[in-house]
Amino acid sequence: MHRFLVKLSSSNQFRSFKNHRLLLPLLPSSKPFTSSSSVSSSPPRQSNRSGYPYSVELFRKISPLSSNSRTLGVNGRSISSEAGRESIEYDVLIVGAGPAGLSAAIRLKQLSQEKNVDLSVCVVEKGAEVGGHIISGNVFEPVALDELLPHWRQEHTPIEIPASSDKFWFLTKDRAISLPSPFDNKGNYVISLSQLVRWLGGKAEELGTEIYPGFSASEVLYDASDKLVGIATKDMGISKDGSKKENFQPGVDIKGRVTLFAEGCRGSLSERIIKKYKLREEVNAQHQTYALGIKEVWEIHESKHNPGEVVHTLGWPLEPKTYGGSFLYHMNDRQVALGLVVALNYHNPFLNPYEEFQKLKHHPAIKRILEGGTVLQYGARTLNEGGFQSIPYPVFPGGAIIGCSAGFLNVPKIKGTHTAMKSGMLAAEAAFGVLHEGINMNTYWDNLKDSWVWKELYAARNYRPAFEYGLLPGMAVSAMEHYVLKGKVPYTLKHGKADHEATNHARKCTPIEYPKPDGVFSFDVPTSLYRSNTNHDHDQPSHLRLRDPKIPEKVNFPEYAAPESRYCPARVYEYVEDEEGKPKLQINAQNCLHCKACDIKDPKQNIEWTVPEGGGGPAYSLM
Amino acid sequence: MNTPSLFISGGLNLPPPEIKICFCSLFFYFFSFCCYRAMKILVAVKRVVDYAVKIRVKPDKTGVDTQNVKMSMNPFCEIALEEALRIREAGFAKEVVAVSIGPSQCVDTLRTGLAMGADRGIHVETNSSFLPLTIAKILKSLAEVENPGLIFLGKQAIDDDCNQTGQMVAALLGWPQATFASKVVLDKDKHVATVDREVDGGLETLCVELPAVITTDLRLNQPRYASLPNIMKAKSKPIKKMTVQDLKVDVKSDIEILEVTEPPKRKSGVMVSSVDELIDKLRNEAHVF
Repeated sequence: MHRFLVKLSSSNQFRSFKNHRLLLPLLPSSKPFTSSSSVSSSPPRQSNRSGYPYSVELFRKISPLSSNSRTLGVNGRSISSEAGRESIEYDVLIVGAGPAGLSAAIRLKQLSQEKNVDLSVCVVEKGAEVGGHIISGNVFEPVALDELLPHWRQEHTPIEIPASSDKFWFLTKDRAISLPSPFDNKGNYVISLSQLVRWLGGKAEELGTEIYPGFSASEVLYDASDKLVGIATKDMGISKDGSKKENFQPGVDIKGRVTLFAEGCRGSLSERIIKKYKLREEVNAQHQTYALGIKEVWEIHESKHNPGEVVHTLGWPLEPKTYGGSFLYHMNDRQVALGLVVALNYHNPFLNPYEEFQKLKHHPAIKRILEGGTVLQYGARTLNEGGFQSIPYPVFPGGAIIGCSAGFLNVPKIKGTHTAMKSGMLAAEAAFGVLHEGINMNTYWDNLKDSWVWKELYAARNYRPAFEYGLLPGMAVSAMEHYVLKGKVPYTLKHGKADHEATNHARKCTPIEYPKPDGVFSFDVPTSLYRSNTNHDHDQPSHLRLRDPKIPEKVNFPEYAAPESRYCPARVYEYVEDEEGKPKLQINAQNCLHCKACDIKDPKQNIEWTVPEGGGGPAYSLM
Repeated sequence: MNTPSLFISGGLNLPPPEIKICFCSLFFYFFSFCCYRAMKILVAVKRVVDYAVKIRVKPDKTGVDTQNVKMSMNPFCEIALEEALRIREAGFAKEVVAVSIGPSQCVDTLRTGLAMGADRGIHVETNSSFLPLTIAKILKSLAEVENPGLIFLGKQAIDDDCNQTGQMVAALLGWPQATFASKVVLDKDKHVATVDREVDGGLETLCVELPAVITTDLRLNQPRYASLPNIMKAKSKPIKKMTVQDLKVDVKSDIEILEVTEPPKRKSGVMVSSVDELIDKLRNEAHVF
C-alpha cells in the first residue's frame, strides 16, 4: 500500500502558465539542431523526427481538440495519448533531481528569464521527495553555487557550518596516528547534501521548473533515426507475477527537445546510453571505477561536538591492499556524519564493507566521539573513483549526461558536488543555445574542457591509480603529487582491472571473521536498514534483474562465495536452502537502498539494477 | 459498547398507498436521483509522518521529531479518498471535496488528493496541532457550510492512533456513523448506505441513512496512484484557504500533553536454573504475587 508524496508548489501556477507553448513563436530558420554525430543530415523541419520537429508537431497537435487521443493538458502542454500511453512534451527534460539536475534546471530558467524566452523544463525524480535519495559525506565547496546563485550567502540556506579544522589520522587497531592533512577545506562547509538539494529544489520550483518526484524513468525513447527523444516512466501497480493490480497506472512518455541525464553514479539509463552510443570509446576513456560509501548520521553528546571539525582516516580496519578510508564530519545540531568508503576493486570476496564499517566504530578514537550518542539515519551509495581517465564523451544525439552519471568526482579531494553542479550549469547553457540559437550540443563538451572542472580533474588524475601498486606507494605518490607535482607530469596513470574483474576466486582468499554487533555502536543490517526509512511496495516485480538466472548458483556461490551477500549494504541478496538443501539466491528487493553496488561488483555482471516503481527506496533527510 | 447485530431499515416515510403511488414514487425517485446527482462528499485527510519512516522523540520530550522527516497522507485517509472517488465515478455523487487541517505544508497533501481525483480542496490553516475533538468541531462547521451527503474519514491517524475524529463528527452533527468500513454500497432509491464493518467478532452489516459519516478500514480498497497528467491538472484545481476564526470554532483544548517518552527498551530474558529461583524472581522482582 505504498504511497508517494508529490511535492508541488502552489505558487507555480501562474508561472507555468507563461510556458504556454502556443505562445512560443515558430523557431527561426537558423541552423536546426543536429546531433553531434549526425551521420545522416536530416533536412531542416521536413522530417518529423529529427532536426526541429517539435514546433511543427506542436502545431499539428493543438488544432484538433475533438479527437480523444489528443488533449491539451494544463498550460497548453501537449498531451497526446496513443494506445494507452500518454505523451507529454517539454523543451528540456532532466532525469534526476540531484545537485547536477537541479543546477541545470535553475541555470536554464535563469537564462530564459534573462533572454526573455519561454522554456518548459521538467525534472523527474525516482525518490518520493526531492532529496530523498541524496546521500553524501559532505564537505561542500561552494564555488559552483557562487556562480549559480551568487546571493545564497544572504539567504537562509542549509549551508551553515564552515569547516573549522582538517584532521587526518592513520588508524591501527588501537591507535590513531595524526598525519599532515592532504585536505584543505578552508572556505568549505559541512552540510547535509540531502538538505541542500531540497533547498535547490525549492529554488528551481520558484523559477518555474516542474519537478515530479515519485516517477522513475524506466525506458529511454528513441526516434526513427536513433536520436534520444525522451524517457518513459515506469508503469505503477503491477504485481509480482506481472499482472495488473486494481490500481494499475500506465507510465507516461515524457519527451524533451533536449534530455539531460543526471541520475548520479552508475545511473541505470545513463549506463545504457553510454553503451549504446559508445561514448567511452569515442574519447578513448577508460572504464569507470567505483567505491561504496556507507554512512550514518549520529546525534552525539554536546561535549564531544565540535561543529565544523573534519576528520579523515586511512588504514584500519581495511588492509593495505584495499583502497578506502573513513570520514567524520561535525554538522550542526549535535550531529556528526560518519562513514566508510571502500573501493570496489577489492580482491577478497569475503570482504563485507558493512561489517568493516561496524568494526570502524569500535576504534577507540571513533568510539570516544560516539559514546552516549544515538544513530539518526543510515544509508549507502556508490561513488565514482575513475576521475579524469574515465570521463566518457557526455553528449549524444538528443541530449547529454551530467553530474556523477558521467563521473566528475575529484577523488583526492573526495568532492563531486561542485563539479556535478558546474557540469549541470554548462549543459544547461549548451542546451539553451541549442534550443534558442541553434548551436550544437557539442559546446557542452567544449565548455567543460575550458572550465575549472577539467583543470581540477586533470590535476587530480594520478592520485587514485597510484594505489594500484599498494597503500604505501599510493601514499608516496599522493604526497609527491600534492606537494610537488600537482598533476604537471606528462604521464597519466591508468586504472587497473574493472571492479567486477578484480575479485579473486574464493579458494584463493581467506574468509574474514566479523564480530557480532553490540547494539550500541555496531548494529545488524535490519536495524540499520530501518534507519534508512527504505521501503518499496512488496507486490511488484523485482527491480534487480538477473541476465542469466542460473549464474548465482553456478558461479557466484561456488566460485566467489556469494560476494553479493556481503557487499550489499541492505542484505538484498541472501542464499537460502531450497527443498533439496541446495543454496538458492533469494532477492529481497524491498530492502534495496539504490546504491548500485551489485550492478558494479557482480563478477559476471549478471545483476542489472533497474528502477523500481517510483517513490520507493530510501527516505534520507539528514544525509 | 457491544451492539447486537443491527439491521436498521431506514428509508423515508412512504406516502399511504391511497395516493397515486406511481406519481409519488416517480417524484421520490427523481428527488433522490437529484440528491445523488447533487451529492457532495467531504473527505478529511491528515498529513502525518510517512509510515515507513523511523520516528524518534524530541530530546525535550514535548513530542515526536517531525523536522526533516518525510510526511505523507495518512494511509487510511487515502483509502477514504479512494472510496469517495469510486462513489463519484459510479455516478452517486457530483463532487469530492478534500479538506485538511494544519500548517501550510498541508497544501502538499491536498494536492496529492487533488491529483488522485478530488475536485477541490479546503485548507484550514493553523500552526497548532489539534486533538480529535477540535478537529471534529471544525469538520462540523465545514459540514454545515458545505452540506455534504457523506463524510469520509480514515478510521484513525497513524501518528496518534486516536480513532475518535469520525465518531465525534457524527455525534456533533447528529448523523449516523459507520466506522471501520470494509465495504460500502450506496442505494440510490432508499438513500441509504449499507456498510460492512470490521469488528472484533467478525463483520457487521449496518444500513445508515444519508447524510452519514463513514470511517474506512484497511480492506476497503486499494488507493490509486496519481498519474503524471493528473498531477499536472491538479495544479489548477482550487484550494480554498480558511481559518478556525472563519468557521467560528472554539479551539480551546481540555487536554494538555505533559510529556512524550519512548517506550522502555525491552529487557532481555533471564534464564533461571530451578523452579525455586523462578518463584523467587516472580515474587520479589516481578511482584507478580
